[in-house]
Formats: sequence, structure tokens, C-alpha cells
Amino acid sequence: MPEISYLEAIRQALWQEMKRDERVFLLGEDIGRYGGAFGLTHDMLDEFGPERVRETPISEATIVATAIGASLLGMRPVAEIMFMDFVMLALDQIANQAAKMHFMFGGHTTVPIVIRMPGGSGAGAASQHSQSLESVLMHFPGLKVVNPSTPYDAKGLMLASLRDPNPVCFVEHKVLYKTKGEVPEGDYTIPIGVADIKRPGHDITVVANNIMVMKTLNVAEKLSKDGIEVEVIDPRTLLPLDTETIINSVAHTGRLLVVHEACLTGGWAGEVIACVVGSPAFDYIDSPVRRLGGKDIPIPYNRGLEKFAIPQEADIEQEIRALVEGKI
Amino acid sequence: MSKDKGKTKEKDTGTREQFEKRVTRLGLSDDNLIGLYRTMCTVRQFEYMADRLYAGGKVHGTMHLSAGQEAVAAGISLAVHPDDYLINHHRGHGHFIAKGADINLMMAEFLGKDTGYNRGRGGSMHIADFQSNNLGANGIVGGGIPQAVGVGLALQMQKRKEICICIFGDGAANEGVFHEAMNMVALWKLPVLYICENNKYGMSMDVERATAKLPIAQRADAYGIPWACVDGNDVVEVYDAMKIAAEHVRSGKGPYFVETITYRYFGHSKSDRNLYRSKEEIEDWKQNRDPIMRFTKHLLQSEILDEGRAQEIDGQAEQVILKAVEFAEASPEPDLSTLMEFVYA
Ligand SMILES: Cc1ncc(C[n+]2csc(CCOP(=O)(O)OP(=O)(O)O)c2C)c(N)n1
Ligand SMILES: [Mg+2]
Repeated sequence: MPEISYLEAIRQALWQEMKRDERVFLLGEDIGRYGGAFGLTHDMLDEFGPERVRETPISEATIVATAIGASLLGMRPVAEIMFMDFVMLALDQIANQAAKMHFMFGGHTTVPIVIRMPGGSGAGAASQHSQSLESVLMHFPGLKVVNPSTPYDAKGLMLASLRDPNPVCFVEHKVLYKTKGEVPEGDYTIPIGVADIKRPGHDITVVANNIMVMKTLNVAEKLSKDGIEVEVIDPRTLLPLDTETIINSVAHTGRLLVVHEACLTGGWAGEVIACVVGSPAFDYIDSPVRRLGGKDIPIPYNRGLEKFAIPQEADIEQEIRALVEGKI
Repeated sequence: MSKDKGKTKEKDTGTREQFEKRVTRLGLSDDNLIGLYRTMCTVRQFEYMADRLYAGGKVHGTMHLSAGQEAVAAGISLAVHPDDYLINHHRGHGHFIAKGADINLMMAEFLGKDTGYNRGRGGSMHIADFQSNNLGANGIVGGGIPQAVGVGLALQMQKRKEICICIFGDGAANEGVFHEAMNMVALWKLPVLYICENNKYGMSMDVERATAKLPIAQRADAYGIPWACVDGNDVVEVYDAMKIAAEHVRSGKGPYFVETITYRYFGHSKSDRNLYRSKEEIEDWKQNRDPIMRFTKHLLQSEILDEGRAQEIDGQAEQVILKAVEFAEASPEPDLSTLMEFVYA
């Protein structure tokens, strides 16, 4: 299987689906000649032309609203929000409009749109260009929130999102764009709403998303040498959340830690923990259930501060050790 | 306007006589003119240094440089009062410098140091100095435009003499809040001077591909706001327009809108390969319309400066920047123990 980057994997999915389904088109800022702020749509303008790689003025609310309107007539638009932070400018269209239309209109219409948005810190882009807002988007029934951590998942989930009849927020991570992994060249989908066990283990379940999956896997590898076997679960989709896989895992390991980059307070870890402790797995839990999240601060510009605003591998390791060794 | 995308001749800023007549009409002294020149040199030196520091790996974050646009910043600052309020956008270095910012503190912020204006939290894109009524730059395109309504409202309610200067780009004018703000500011006759710094591109998007009708300033008509669209690379013309606009606003007649046509030399931000514009276009602006070059020509012609003095001033500007780099590099990083500070007041 060819090894390609996370960024290329998403691009390949868009490319292949645009070849397969002419209703699919892209719209967003600087996605044409510039190739998108992170280069994800490079050369797509040449291949598909300005009709289907449609550059817009800087108007996020109307970008998303245009996608909604076009989808009502059977198009399959993919809107790009350059940085996830700017999704706040389009939140009315996402939360009050797209998420609710199928329901409000008695099931008579669908809004099959995909809204792509890279989030996360690590680029020195400061407080308004570095947030992880996926937890915010989970609060709107009718939306789906997809959040892949590997190139393989990214392509399969993008193809699934493009074919889903519901509005999908496709949350990417800037720091993951360059990471590589094996990705089949052909067509495949990964079902939305199904978690993936990235590493099996029996001592503790760690649920993590996007870059925290990578970090947790590194920690798990290290701890394995000390005889601690960590089961790493990547939900891959935050809404709907695959609680079953998580609950089954905790029933088996007896311990749970949830790790995300998003601010701790109001973060999706709380949702996972609530589901687990309210389930029959509660009877199997041997230690406090814990969560590790970004600090409850805006992301700072300074490199040193920026780094420590979000969980580091050392923090994850420390938490896992404390839980497994019964020190908490 | 701005249809001339191909090769263009040097934009004429008039003959010596015209220049001198205009300067006299505007009441600009030699000191004023030399001050404008010095400001422009300082901004340019800052921006080229910023680029060098970035290339040298000294800057971790992003930045937006305003080289090529210096006349706008300089022209505004001479036309308004030092204690007028400023709401700036991401490409803001020049406006801060022209407003009289401490270059040391700016440079320290740029390098993310604890001594910087924002204690290293904000960086290039968010520099603010509340002591000098500089209310900060914004990373959200268009984010400051509606905030100016509130600043104007407070000034009006407090019966103050200051005005609010709100600067944004051609791209920002396409955010929905632009229209909401124009309507409210006009409705309440608020003391806000809106300045659209049209550098022909919003990132890679040509203003002509992004804007249904140009000039952008004519949108002000829809709200009954007086407007002007001027050559932003002619510092005296910028000053002239800003003076009229600022006086209108200060006199209580309500808002004013000025668009300045200019051009940025560097890429949009750190990672820009200029795929969306030709080398020829960039060179044309640099060779034939450079705001500092055009102004220097007049200053020399009218014997306000000689070559030696012009170079001396530029050299002094360079020294200021070098000192600022020294200050910034010697400054401490924010202490990790302060990570949780400033979230709540
Ligand atoms: C709401 C929002 N959308 C998009 C961006 C990304 N972005 C940053 S600057 C910029 C271009 C702005 O163009 P303009 O207003 O003309 O200012 P210029 O950069 O040309 O000075 C874009 C698209 C952003 N920061 N905020
Ligand atoms: Mg612009």
C-alpha cells in the first residue's frame, strides 16, 4: 500500500469523489491557485476548473450557507473553513440551520454538506488560529462531527462523509497534515460513528482524538516495556460517539483516561466519562476515571507556553502510571 | 481604478511645482515631511528585519508584513491626533509604528518575549497598547470593524474629542459584519474613520475577483457615509484625504470612509509562494510605484532633503530596529509558571 500524508489522503478522497460524482464541488477561501492555506487542494483547480473549485470572498457565514442552499437542490458541496477558529463566524448557519433542517422540516429534506476545518495548536498562530472546537460542535443534534487521526482513517472517513445525507463537520489537525501512513489507492469508506482500537491492551483504556492518539500510542509503546499494556481507542467520530466500543473496553481493562487537546472544561472527555460511569462497565472500574485536556486558557503565541497549553506525552505517561499503579 | 494589471508606467505624483503647491496648501512643514519619510523608513526597516528574523528561524509564529504599504500608515498618523483610538487588523506593524509604538516592545512581542506589548501571548498579529489608545490588532478578518462602532459609541456618550480609526483590508470588507457596522455607525453618526487598506489581494484573492463592485469605498454611499478612494502609495495624497476625513469625523458629522490603493511586497504570510500574482506585477510596483521612492524623489527635488541626509535618516531607522532586536533577543521568555495568567481579570 502506498504511504501518503494525512493531507494527501483527504485530498485523494475529495479528488476521487469529484471524479465519481459530479454533484460534489468545493468552495472556500484561497482553495484555487493558492491550493488552500495548507495546500490541501493543490492542483485541484487545474483538474476540475473554477466552477467546482469555487473560490469565495472572505465570508464564512455565507460560504456555509451557500453550501446549505446548494445541497437543498441536490448538490454535494464541500465547504472549507480555513482555520477551525473561523467556524464561529458560520456557527449560526451550522447550528441553527444545517443541523436542524431535516428535523424541522419533518424529514422532508436533507442537507448533505461537508464542512472541512483544520484545528489545533502547534504552529505559533496564537489564540485566534489554534483552537480545538470539536466539543462545541458536538452540542447540535443533526450534525455529525468526524475527527480522523491517521491518513487511512482520513480518506475512508472523508469518502463516507461525502456520501452521508447529513451535514458533517470534518475536523482536521494542522500538525497531522504531514504525518504519513498507508492508504489504499482505491475506494473505501470507514463508517461514521465507529471507534477504532488503535492498540489493544488490558491494563487501562485511553480514549484520545487527533494528535493525542499519536502521543498516546508513543506512550503506550514505552509503557509496554515496563509491562503496562494500554488499550488506545480513537473514537474517530465524536458525534455520534461510539460509546459501545469504549464501554466494552473499560469493562475489560477496568480503568479509563480520556485525552484531548481541546480545553478541559466542557471538553468531550466529560461526555465519554459520563457514558462509561453510567453504564454497566461501572461495576468493573478499579480506579478513578480521569481526563487530561488542554489548559483552560486561550492558546498563547510564545512557543514554550504554547507547548504546555496542551497535554504532553510526559503528562499522559504520568496519568497512566498513577492510575495503573493505584496512586490516584 | 486598479484595472491596470499589466505593465504600468511610474505613477506620477506630480511635478515639483505641483508638489510644493500642494504641500503649502496643506500647511505641511519640512519637519512634517521629513517625519513622514522617517516613519516610512522605520516601517520598512522593521518589516525587512521581521522577514530576516523569520528566515533565520527566530520567530515561531505567523506574521503579516506591510512593506510597500508604508505611505498609508504614515499619512494617517500625521492626519490624526496621537490620542485618537486605533482598531487595527492583522497587517498592523506599520500602523503601530506610525502611531508611535515603542519599537523595542513591538519587536519583543514579535519574538514572543515576556517584555513584549502582550507579554508574549499575542505575537505579531495581536499587538496592542492600551496606554496609547491602540486597541489592538485582530486575527479574525473583519473582527475589528464592528468593534469600532462600540468605541465610537463610547466616545459619543462620553462627549470626547478623540475619534476612532478603524483599519482593515480589501478582503475584510466582504465579511457580513462590515455591512452591519456601516449601517449602525451611520445611523448613530458615530465618530469613526474607517480605512480600507486595499492592497489588491486578500491572501491570494484578487480584489477584482472578490468584490462585485469597485471601488470598495463606494459601498459607503449605501449608508450615506462620505467616502474617498485615494492613491495609497502617495503619502501626501493619503495625508490630504485623511485630514479631510478626520476633521469631518471630529466635528461630529458622523463617520467617513477612505480606501487607499496600495500593494504588499512580501507574501501574504510566512508560507506564501506568490502563485497568484506575477513576478512582473510585483516588480512593477516595486520599481515604479514604491511609496518611499516616490516621496524621496520629491523631497530631493524640492531640496527638503539631500541624498546624504536621506540616507542618514534611513540609517537611523535601521539603528532603531537593530537596537530593538537586541532588546528583544536579550529579553526573557515568559515564565512557564505564568501559563494560567490573564485568562480572567
Ligand atoms: C474570519 C477569517 N477568515 C479568514 C482568515 C484567514 N485570512 C487571514 S488574512 C486573510 C486575507 C485578508 O485580506 P485583507 O483583508 O485584504 O487584508 P491583507 O491581508 O491583504 O492585508 C485571510 C483570508 C482569517 N484570519 N479570519
Ligand atoms: Mg488585502
